[in-house]
Amino acid sequence: MTGREIPKRRDARSATVAVTGLNATDNPGPGVAVIRALRADPDFRGRIVGLAYDSLDPGIYARDLCDDVFLVPYPSRGSEALLGRLDYIARRVGAIDALIPTLDAELAGFIALEPQLRRRGVHTLLPSRAQLDARSKVNLAELGAAAGFDVPHTCVLSSPRDLYTLHEQIPFPLVIKGLYYGATVVHDVTAAFAAFHRIVAEWGYPVIAQQLVAGEELDVLAVGNGDGGLVGALPMKKTTLTDKGKGWAGVTVRDPHLLELAARFVEHTQWRGPCEVEVMRTRDGRYYVIEINPRFPAWCYLSAGAGMNLPYAVLRLALGDAVEPLCSYEVGTMFVRIALDQIASLEQLSAITQHGELAVTSEERVA
Amino acid sequence: MNATDRIKELAVSDSGFLFDPASGATFSVNPSGRVILAELKRGADRTEIIAALAERFDIGEHDLHRDVDGFVHLLRTHALLPEGFSL
Repeated sequence: MTGREIPKRRDARSATVAVTGLNATDNPGPGVAVIRALRADPDFRGRIVGLAYDSLDPGIYARDLCDDVFLVPYPSRGSEALLGRLDYIARRVGAIDALIPTLDAELAGFIALEPQLRRRGVHTLLPSRAQLDARSKVNLAELGAAAGFDVPHTCVLSSPRDLYTLHEQIPFPLVIKGLYYGATVVHDVTAAFAAFHRIVAEWGYPVIAQQLVAGEELDVLAVGNGDGGLVGALPMKKTTLTDKGKGWAGVTVRDPHLLELAARFVEHTQWRGPCEVEVMRTRDGRYYVIEINPRFPAWCYLSAGAGMNLPYAVLRLALGDAVEPLCSYEVGTMFVRIALDQIASLEQLSAITQHGELAVTSEERVA
Repeated sequence: MNATDRIKELAVSDSGFLFDPASGATFSVNPSGRVILAELKRGADRTEIIAALAERFDIGEHDLHRDVDGFVHLLRTHALLPEGFSL
């Protein structure tokens, strides 16, 4: 028999878990929240390896968060560079049992690497590439029609020329969005051009124009088991927004329609892994799905606080545990974010900048 | 959902802090509002609500009716009661 033996999977409680997205800025990546949720589970006593893209990602320097942190190559460097880096990390810290990517732009790369990761004993709970593409902003309207949920009228723009005739399909005001990030409400063609070019400069094509739906924005963190089943869903209303429109505070709410929307999406796509369903609820009680993000949201620590620890459920599912659907959570549980100045040393910055790694809890590991 | 069920869904603390679990919105309710909410929760009609207020507060009946109408209007405005609801 040839080939590498697949390492035996480890118990979730003692697993070594790698998590990306330590950029806990004012537009935070979800990694810090995922790690805090894992740490919050009373069963978990495993090891956390933080994977960062920038040596000043704030999560690198947070106390009691990661056991080790490693810089990893940006997705633009390609899958082979990432795989090589993960192999190096495994040599440094021992086998990585599970990996939870948390950033939109890196997901396609991790999905492509899933077979190689699995052979190395690194387990993930990721959607397929087809599932990832199905909920893309470009395809969301089509998905809504097929799965049975409303999506605001959407147009995909591949040239600035499209803006001249856009109002014939979607009246102003409307929303101009990038494929991964960014959404700007525009009231006329001039503002639409400015938003269009800003998004193209940052994220490239395509650009998406979406009908502006007035109402309350609500979000659902959901996890699908890959067989159409909903492992758990937590609806939340943002109560304070930053100037970038990101939730700075929020509260869990009770709304069966939101859970139904999440269940319908998960069932139709056979979604595997976490996702965030963003919904507008209009005054007359209609629900429009405006986006579906294919990963944990940055507010996912709320799920641990509300008694439905979905990051830990994802870890268990990734490692092959059978997880019964999680049905209950505490309605009215709030999160309120805080901006803190962390104290870091030049030695820490030097370790992460020059060596690309930082043993947070075991200083001798970087010696 | 009918008006009584909608009102029953609201969480109101003894100090008058109101949380709407459907929208996540929070409000502060004064003592007379708390009495009206408590009466609405048990399905009381206008006469019963006025009587409950008169028992607690030394206010003329005309003002009590005005307060009840004003409070119900506020509840409707914040979608805590169905739009067509009236006492």
